[in-house]
Amino acid sequence: MPAFRVEIRVMPRGGILDPQGQAVTHALHALGFADVTGARVGKHLVLTVDAANSGAAGQQAKAMCDRLLANPVTEDYLVAVEPA
Amino acid sequence: MRRVAVVVFPGTNSEVETVDAARDAGSDSYYVWHKDTDLKGADVVILPGGFSYGDYLRSGAIARFSPVMEAVAAHARAGGPVLGLCNGFQILCEAGLLPGGLVRNDRLRYVSRPVRLRVEAVDTPFTNAYRKGEEITIPIAHGDGRYVADAPTLAALEAEGRVVWRYIGENPNGSTNGIAGVCNAARNVVGVMPHPERLNAPVLGGQDGARVFFSLEARDATQHAGDLRAVGGHHRGV
Repeated sequence: MPAFRVEIRVMPRGGILDPQGQAVTHALHALGFADVTGARVGKHLVLTVDAANSGAAGQQAKAMCDRLLANPVTEDYLVAVEPA
Repeated sequence: MRRVAVVVFPGTNSEVETVDAARDAGSDSYYVWHKDTDLKGADVVILPGGFSYGDYLRSGAIARFSPVMEAVAAHARAGGPVLGLCNGFQILCEAGLLPGGLVRNDRLRYVSRPVRLRVEAVDTPFTNAYRKGEEITIPIAHGDGRYVADAPTLAALEAEGRVVWRYIGENPNGSTNGIAGVCNAARNVVGVMPHPERLNAPVLGGQDGARVFFSLEARDATQHAGDLRAVGGHHRGV
């Protein structure tokens, strides 16, 4: 089976206060980047997955997110698949 | 005397105080390793505090898949009392045994100090020795203690009296509605961020946490105006 590079972006769910994002915004303002009006901080995971095709790799990644990699109560995720 | 299983995960660090606090209240408490699948005849299960699996990924996210958790879930489904303390609360939320989740404190700092709490629900196996509305002091020690849940869940928790403990005065971590602990709909599964096991005797500077454990033995206790004096033949002033 071919290998796929699966990138997963996990972000704090909209509406939930993201204190890390706020701290980053404040720090950027302090450095003079006054045009920054918001920042959110999440996680980026990169997996290498063997699968029949990219669709199957994406489905596996979704199942992984639902069970372990993201908390559905507090986080949203996005999956992107490309050939390894 | 009830059998109280205290589950130990890699990275748990409050199991000794928890076993001792249950034993001081008259229970027969013992450790269960997270790879065990047998709770050894437990009447009550406690998931103690600590940093299971180094809090990797999210606090409690990996511990919930430990082999012992299937037995814990079965015990909970059968109506058996389950208590999660701090990291144990995080694990119960990750496992879906309690609603909502616990995320990074609003000021991004680990907070370790005594806090004031109000006991909001006394109809749980772990709070029946308190008076409703009683204000107590218990230490917290956590970095991920901000309770969050979606609006319908929060409304249900409040309407059904399932907020068990609430921070009063200053909110130490930005928790929604000042929530420090909740229970499930059946009220047998309870999770709290504060550490009652760390404040259960005068020598520790206070004993407001002791009645969490006395609650388990309350049916066998001699009670005088809510003051538990004798549990299983041991006389204790609380």
